[in-house]
Amino acid sequence: MEVQLRDPNEIMKLSRLGSFHQSKLSFLRSFLKEFKDWNFKRSLFDLDEKGYGVAVYSFSKNERTYSLICFANKISDYERSDRVIATKWDAAFTLYDGVPSKLDIDRLKKNVPKQEGGRLTYKELTLSRANKSIRMFNHVVENLSNGIQPDKKLLSEVGYLYRTTAVYGSGKFGLADRFRIKNRKEIYGPFRLEMMLVYLVRQFTFDQVDHIAMHRNPKKAVKLDNDVSRNLGIGNSTGLGMAPFIVNHPTLLNNWILARETALKKVREIKKINKNQKDIFLSCLKKSLKNISTWNTDSEYQKNKINDLLKDLNKLFTFIEIFDFEGDFAFNKLYLWIEKNLKDECIEYIVSMMLEPYDEIVDPLISGMSSEEEKFFNIPGDRTIEDLRNILEEKYNNILKIDFDDKKNKRNFWFISKNKEEPRYADRYKEIGADLEQPLAIARDIKRLYERINNQKNSLPIGKFLNENNDLRHVVRRAFIIEKFPYSEIQDNTIGSNVIPIDMLRLKLSFFGAVKFDPRSDKWLRICMFQGAPLPNELKNFDDLWVYNSIN
Amino acid sequence: MISLSEIETTSKRATRAVGFSWGVAEEVGKNMRLLELFGLSGVKNLNEYFKSYKKENYKSIQAFSETNEASSIPYCPIELGINFLDQVTFIEKFQKINFKNIAFPILFLPFLSRSSEALGKRILCKIDQKEFLFNFNQTIYSNYLKSEILKNCELINISFLENINTFSQDEWEEIYKLSENTFVEENESLKKDAAGAGLTDND
Repeated sequence: MEVQLRDPNEIMKLSRLGSFHQSKLSFLRSFLKEFKDWNFKRSLFDLDEKGYGVAVYSFSKNERTYSLICFANKISDYERSDRVIATKWDAAFTLYDGVPSKLDIDRLKKNVPKQEGGRLTYKELTLSRANKSIRMFNHVVENLSNGIQPDKKLLSEVGYLYRTTAVYGSGKFGLADRFRIKNRKEIYGPFRLEMMLVYLVRQFTFDQVDHIAMHRNPKKAVKLDNDVSRNLGIGNSTGLGMAPFIVNHPTLLNNWILARETALKKVREIKKINKNQKDIFLSCLKKSLKNISTWNTDSEYQKNKINDLLKDLNKLFTFIEIFDFEGDFAFNKLYLWIEKNLKDECIEYIVSMMLEPYDEIVDPLISGMSSEEEKFFNIPGDRTIEDLRNILEEKYNNILKIDFDDKKNKRNFWFISKNKEEPRYADRYKEIGADLEQPLAIARDIKRLYERINNQKNSLPIGKFLNENNDLRHVVRRAFIIEKFPYSEIQDNTIGSNVIPIDMLRLKLSFFGAVKFDPRSDKWLRICMFQGAPLPNELKNFDDLWVYNSIN
Repeated sequence: MISLSEIETTSKRATRAVGFSWGVAEEVGKNMRLLELFGLSGVKNLNEYFKSYKKENYKSIQAFSETNEASSIPYCPIELGINFLDQVTFIEKFQKINFKNIAFPILFLPFLSRSSEALGKRILCKIDQKEFLFNFNQTIYSNYLKSEILKNCELINISFLENINTFSQDEWEEIYKLSENTFVEENESLKKDAAGAGLTDND
């Protein structure tokens, strides 16, 4: 039986993309699998009794070494901010290509803590900073120094000791360009080195609390228990900086979604599910309930989604009691039922679970999740207006129905803030700056393009059309990209009054492998990464389903 | 050192800032990345070009002919380049094409490099005495290595090179014969037992 890939017109809607969950395809899970046989080492740990100083951690294999250099700094409480306008952080990090010399560390000490204000070189691969969750950090240090383990229930409320507020790579602030690393044999997919940085930062946070506690009370202090450590991740505060990424990288977006959709299609095409596969699915489903029950948020928007998710999961459990997993194409039947009976949040949740038993389906798809975007950048000037019209009508069918004369459908605009060079989103009828709008209103501009070609001859070559119409060149390019990459475009209006920008963040974060999405407004959210993940010294032999094993 | 990613992003924004559309700005961003990657002075020329862009009112081109002359006001290298790239499959039929009087011709070069890739043909370009051979956007061979601002050129001469060998048939046969020394001569026994033995192609 052949199952069709899901329709991009449905899947690429913001509300659906904003319901995606981590899965086997998520980058942090892939990263751990790909680097599990690398040698982990803490090669420098030069902190003072308060925990300030420098530390270096590395992963090595054969001739290759990646080193995380950590700079822990003293900052005042009033200086601690997760916002991108902050200029000081509790700790700053860079992932160095190789083993750093003392000279390198001295150079980086002057630059890494400044983050956007510093300059990096091609030897540095990624850059980040993080702030303590003061409540958690102090609680853990206090308890450890008194010889007792921290309160797991309290830790579960947050799930981490530090949260990063940005992770940069790919040439930002002088960092190595992607071309320098993309062909390395250990780099199988996107964002691997960003994941490595975050993973090593997590270990630093554990070592730092142990170190401070030991200095505070040398006779009584104990180390953070491995079980407790394992169930702590790294938090992240993410704002709109991430949102334009998925618009600006259409072929990459396609490859992420296509991998997920292909995996789902193949799972649905399996005729017989064996007992082991069924058990893995059900076990992940049941264990994951813990992740939902500890999913804390003050956001009414997210609370409603979580409540819906729990209600839908209850429906699903009732249905599963009588469901015949031994029948033909059981996962397809189950999928058709959830699609009909459950809401987006739960549908995508179950899709992630359905992939869990199938390494043999998922693993080969992972290497296809990168993209050589330059290959698809040129506009085929010899194609015709007829070709373009056909593409627009076929691929942007829903978007062409949006009425952009209606103010509510074009209320917002995307811009880059001057003070931090970060993307922002504002009401064009209330704020200044709409004349400097970024080219992220794809739906509106596609509609404009469609109207513009209305009176053009079918046989007119695109190259000649563009002579007089270069103002729409950016969407002509996209149209010829979506022709080949069906999941390359958000099938929604990104500037309407009812857009929830964090849906765009959630999509990207789900592919990173984040959990516990906690919107703090409609424009930024907090998440947790690597909670439940094996510790570095456990990587040689770990359970790939660790994400469901959190005790929190 | 400024990364190529920073060069692309900043050039794109600067191009938009002087008044080009976002789509054109994207092209220029990619071009600056290419020029700097190949060791040509992209940013330097782009910066200087933008200083004169508004006041000079450089000329655009709509339709191409074998010889294109921009009277007293030079061609804009970006608009010329964009139109060249967009229409290169039509322009190719000229085999050779000339442009007289182009401003900042270095900025035109990446469009030729990308055109070479789009066509699947090498492109040879002579800017006055400077030669550039564009190899499918993989490399640029040139006798010009100066990092300088070229404000103008009198003549650009472009040739589309046919995909032909750079060696003679005799030279090919000579080297092929040498390569045969890595093959094993099959005796009767090997012919009988080797993979495919006993089958006919009609099976």
